[in-house]
Formats: sequence, C-alpha cells, structure tokens
Amino acid sequence: MLKKKASCVSYTKWGYLFLIPFFLIYIVFSLVPLVSTFYNSLFENYMSGLTQVGPEFVGLENLRKIFADGDMLKYTKNTLIMWLLGFIPQIIMSLLLAAWFTDLRLRIKGAGFFKTIIYMPNLIMASAFAMLFFALFSDIGPVNDILVELGILSQPFRFMSSVNGTRGLVALMNFLMWFGNTTILLMAGMMGIDTALFEAAQVDGAKSFQIFRLITMPLLKPILLYVVITSLIGGMQMFDVPQILTNGDGTPNNSTMTLIMYLNKHLYSKNYGMAGALSVILFMFTAVLSLLVYFNLTKKEN
Amino acid sequence: MKKFGKVLALMLVPVMVFTLSACGYKDDKAAAGGDVAAILTEAVTSTEEGKAFNIYCWNDEFQSRVKSYYPGYADNGDGTGKIGDVAVNWIITPSQDNAYQNKLDEALLAQKDAAADDKIDLFLIEADYALKYVNTDYTINVADIGLTADDMKDQYQYTKDIVTDSNGNIKGTAWQATPGLFAYRRSIAKAVLGTDAPNEVQAQLSNWDDFNAAAAEMKAQGYTMLSGYDDSYRIFSNNVSGPWVQDTKIIVDENLMKWIDQTKEFTDKGYNNKTSLWSDGWAADQGPDGKTFGFFYSTWGINFTLTGYALADSEAAAEAGNGIYGDWAVCEGPSPFYWGGTWICGAAGTDNTSLVKDIMYKLTCDSATMKKITEVEQDYTNNRTAMEEIANSGFQSAFLGGQNHIKLFAEAAPKIDMSNVSPYDQGLNEEFQGAFKDYFDGNVTKDEALQNFYKNAVVKYPELTY
Repeated sequence: MLKKKASCVSYTKWGYLFLIPFFLIYIVFSLVPLVSTFYNSLFENYMSGLTQVGPEFVGLENLRKIFADGDMLKYTKNTLIMWLLGFIPQIIMSLLLAAWFTDLRLRIKGAGFFKTIIYMPNLIMASAFAMLFFALFSDIGPVNDILVELGILSQPFRFMSSVNGTRGLVALMNFLMWFGNTTILLMAGMMGIDTALFEAAQVDGAKSFQIFRLITMPLLKPILLYVVITSLIGGMQMFDVPQILTNGDGTPNNSTMTLIMYLNKHLYSKNYGMAGALSVILFMFTAVLSLLVYFNLTKKEN
Repeated sequence: MKKFGKVLALMLVPVMVFTLSACGYKDDKAAAGGDVAAILTEAVTSTEEGKAFNIYCWNDEFQSRVKSYYPGYADNGDGTGKIGDVAVNWIITPSQDNAYQNKLDEALLAQKDAAADDKIDLFLIEADYALKYVNTDYTINVADIGLTADDMKDQYQYTKDIVTDSNGNIKGTAWQATPGLFAYRRSIAKAVLGTDAPNEVQAQLSNWDDFNAAAAEMKAQGYTMLSGYDDSYRIFSNNVSGPWVQDTKIIVDENLMKWIDQTKEFTDKGYNNKTSLWSDGWAADQGPDGKTFGFFYSTWGINFTLTGYALADSEAAAEAGNGIYGDWAVCEGPSPFYWGGTWICGAAGTDNTSLVKDIMYKLTCDSATMKKITEVEQDYTNNRTAMEEIANSGFQSAFLGGQNHIKLFAEAAPKIDMSNVSPYDQGLNEEFQGAFKDYFDGNVTKDEALQNFYKNAVVKYPELTY
C-alpha cells in the first residue's frame, strides 16, 4: 500500500506551472485592460484641447448617450451589411474550392500551389491593400480608365462617392483577403471526414453534388459554424480596410463607418468614457457570439 | 479538469474581443492652471540658461530656415545642431492623422515633471489649431521674454491676431505670411475672357456674381471654373462674421452657407470637376492636361505646389515650354484670404528663454533676414517693409509669365482679417467639408448633411453643442 502511494507521481503541478506564462500575459494584456475599460466607461473623461475634463463618475450615462443618439445602430448595420456582402461570396467560393481540392477523384494538380496563391492576399497588410484599391478605383484611376476605354461606361463611375460603390469595395477587399483562409479551414474540416463514406456513396451511384449536399455538408457543420461565427466576430471588428479607404470618415454619408471606426473617432478627443462604453457594448455582443460557438463545439463531447 | 477547461475558454473570449477595443487610460490629471503658471514664472525669473534646446515640429522646413538664417547655428549632420554650447534637438513628427499634435500634447502635459533638458523649449503650430495652444498657459507671452510690440510692428496684423489669446497677449510669431490669390491659366483666360492681363481678368472676377458668370462662360467653352468642392472654401471661411464656436455652441456662419450654395450650383451645372482637395483628380486638373481655369492658392501653393504640377516632364528644367510652365497668372479674386503658415511658440517651462526670444526675433522680426529669405527661398515672409520693397522692385516670376506676384501678395496681406479664429477651426473645417461632400455628390439633402456635420463634430469635440 505504502509502496504504491510512493510510485504514484503527480504531474498536475507541471500542468499548472506551464500555464503560468499564459495567465500572466493574459492578466497583464487582456484582463487588466478589460476591467479598466469597464471602469472607464462609467466616467466622463476627455480632453478639451489641452485641458482634461473629468474624470467624473457618471454611472451609465455614457451607455445611455450611445443608445439615445441611435448612431450606434446605424454603424452596426453598416458593419453587418459590409460583412455580409463580403462573407456570402466568400463562403460559397471557399466551399467550392475546398470541395474541389479535397475531392479524391478530381486529383487537382498543383493543389499546393493554388492553396498558397489563394492565401496570398491575406499576407498583404490590410491598410496597404486599401491604399491600393483607393488608387485603383479613384475617379480618374486605372479601373475607370479601362471601363470607359472598353465602352462599358460612358463616363467614370465615382466609386468613393457612391454608397454601394464604397461598401462594395470594402466587401470585395474583405472577400479577397479572407476566402483563402476560409478555404483552408474548410479543407481541414473536409479532410477529417472518413473517406470510406465518400467511397460508399460513389459505389451507391451518388452524384458529386449529392455527395456534397448529403455527406460533406452535414459532417462539416461544426467547422462551418466555427467559420461563420469567427468571421462574424472579425466582421464586427472591421476597421482597417474602410478606415484607410475612406480616410477615417466612413464616407459617403457615414455609410461605411463601422463600430470600431466610430470608437476610433472618440479617441480624437481622448474620450475614454464614450469609447469605453462603446467597447463594453461591443464586448457584450461578441461575448454572446463566442459563447454560442463554445457551447456548440463542446456539446458533442458531453 | 473539464470545468477548468471551460473557465479557460471563457477567459479567452475577451482576448479575441479586446485586441482593438482595449484602450489605455491615464490616471494622472492634467496640470491645473496654477501649476502651469508656476512653471512659467519660475522659468522667466531664472537667469541660468539650459544646455539642451528641444524643438517640436512636423517637417524640416523650420529646421532648414534655422540652418540657413540663424547666425551661430552649427549643424551636426545627424538631425541635431548646436548654438554656442547649447545642443539643439529636433523632434519631428509628421502631422498626418493628428500625430504631431498627439505627440506635442503628451509632451506639454508632461512638461511640469520633465527634467530640465527634456522640456520642450520651442514648438511650431498651424493657424487652424493655434488657439488650442495659445489659449493655455503652455505657451509663453512673447512680451514676457522681451519681444516688444515695436519688434513686431512690421508683421502683418492677421498673423498676430491668430496667436492672440483671450487676454490680448501675443503667444507666438510667424516668419511667413500666406495671403492667397486666384491663380488662373493665361491660355484659357485669353480664349474665354478675351484677355490674360491680371488686372483685366481681376475686373471680371472681383465679386462672386461676376465669378459665377465667368464660370458659366467657361462651361460653355468646355472648361471648368474650379476643380472641386473645397477650392473656394477658404475664401468664404476666412470672411465669416463670427467664430465657429460661441459659448460652446457650434455656429454655422451665413458665409459658409453661401459656400454650400455656390458649390452645389457649380457642381450641378458642371462648373467644377467634383474633386476634393489633395486628391489625384485635383492634382491632375493642375497639370498640363487640365481643363480647369483656376485655383485659389496662397504663397506656397503658387511657387511650390502649382509649379510642381505644371511640368510635363518633371526631370527637365522648370522653364517655359515644359508643360504649362509660364501659362499661369494670379489675380486677387473675389475676397482676400490666407491659407496655411507656421507660427513659432515658446513653451512654458523652457530654461532657454533668451534663446527662444533671439530665435523669434532673428527669424520673424529682423527685416534684413526676412528679405533675404524671400529672395533666396521665394517664401513670402512676414515683414511688410521688406515685402513692399520687393513688390516695388522689378521682380518677375517666369512661372507666372513675367508677373510680379509679390506686389499682389503685398496688397492682399494687410486686408486679411482673422479676428474670428477659434481653437476648433481645424476639426470643424474638416468635418464641414466632409459632410457637405455628400450633399454635393447628391447622396443627402442639405439638412441631412448639416445634421451629419453636427453629429461628427460633437464626437470630435464632446464639449460642444449644437
């Protein structure tokens, strides 16, 4: 009995030991800013020129102000619209590409090459990408030149002055930047599906589309949900592309102003109170989404 | 362990969320007025001069002026210099995205606790936000360090108005004056107005009604009067009846509404090319292929910006025959205005007050230096006597087809009235032009644009109301 006890070595402490760096970094860089953001959202605290106003405790006044003026709803709508415009083509394209790349019968040559290529746009800095589009699609830019030259348009289309034009460009950029990433995630999901299922279906005479619809899709559901929700969270935090494309103004008519751009506007006057309150709302929203993924992903294990 | 994993995952949520939204917070309050006043008196009364001289600015223009025109400045070749045994440090931050002001503000707020050699001694400001600094105790009253009204008697009044605080003290001084003129293409003037002589063109553009009539003629012959929406903005905004903000309330001046109506009319009738300031289309309109009659520009805009765009071959010499070099001329236009310019301010707490004063005197008051700067750099300097001397000489600009534009500048500069500046000019001008671009583009109604302007303005300046 005694002997047995001595031979039982506990490894638990090593587990905890190795977790310490994570928790330290988490506490310093995430938990403290998180709590202080909540704290800041309760104060009126900004700079009027070189004079600091506050900090004065105002309770939930900042939150009330944000909900009262209603701009946040408009900016949430903008954000979601631009996310959807980019995400719908992105998920269709990614599903298609992932299905092709993982299809055993197609055996696409140079799959590795194509996988690299479609991931490329994600390697460019979003701001550089936005600058590029800003120049390409300007009123006198090359895209307009080509369209007019080919006779498709009779006069240049002013992309940046049109709501749909600007939103469309933001969506196009997000699509180009992220479809490669999504494709790789979905491929990983598809490759996790037992190939015996595909083979059995083929033996039974199922067509490609039937296999895709009845085997791939249902088994891909958890990964698909993960992709949708992470993309939505990323979409809610959309900032750099529209910020650079519209020079931070969310033009035209504030229609490309995203929530984070709005938050950034508050930092012009170092308005930590309002920016904090906005962050808190954004946090709540994203936390709900994240919990949704979390419970969905852990459901099966139980 | 499973439960622990759940806790872990839950804690991860904020990490994903807060990468962007987390913002730092400051707990030290800004120095109260009394403290700042204390630094000031302390600095003024001390006679010992510091060994380090820190200058905050946003480009190297002032640096090159000091290098060339401040006697005794020795350049170390590594971005620092020496005046006697005082080391001069240049802290240069570009103004894009408000970066310069952010950096300057941070340093000024920390000025009280900074070591003597780290304190800001001198910093530069622009007119649109001058009062933000002038109306605080962070800037030194130039009279307190020995720069007298007599020293500054030759400076243009408007350059002093912009840096006069609410108590009537002058808190800064400028080496350049930037009166504006209307620069136009001689060839287009000849074709449409029948003459390219500046005084005759001016006669046809001397008020807004005539200006609009000329615009219609331009359109009829395939030209546009202006390039875009913001071109005439400053001519209206410099001639307002009151400041942007009165008792924390934003007041949109009657004159700005006139700008809106004129620009909308120009846009709808095709008198402009729908460009925005500094956009690629705006630049192209100033080039050899441009079909735009003219641009409102101040001193630097004519011999620097416009000259740069006019050349067909930027590698070749800048002379008549290269692009539209020599095809330009200037006239006063409908109203006097100014655009741009840089002011020098002494920072409260500096331990080099006599050097601050000497730099201010030698580079902004001394007639001989000022005249030399204009002759060598083509900059229009802030000295009435020197400028009038040049104006009455046989000075000719090859770029303007032999015109003596200094003469026109010298006539325009005293007419500028900038008593209506406010600390909010920069932000409000930007938001106003931005909001009304939507109206000119036809995306919103005039009222919606005005509401958008108000909304965006109070996000920028939470202390304001409308």
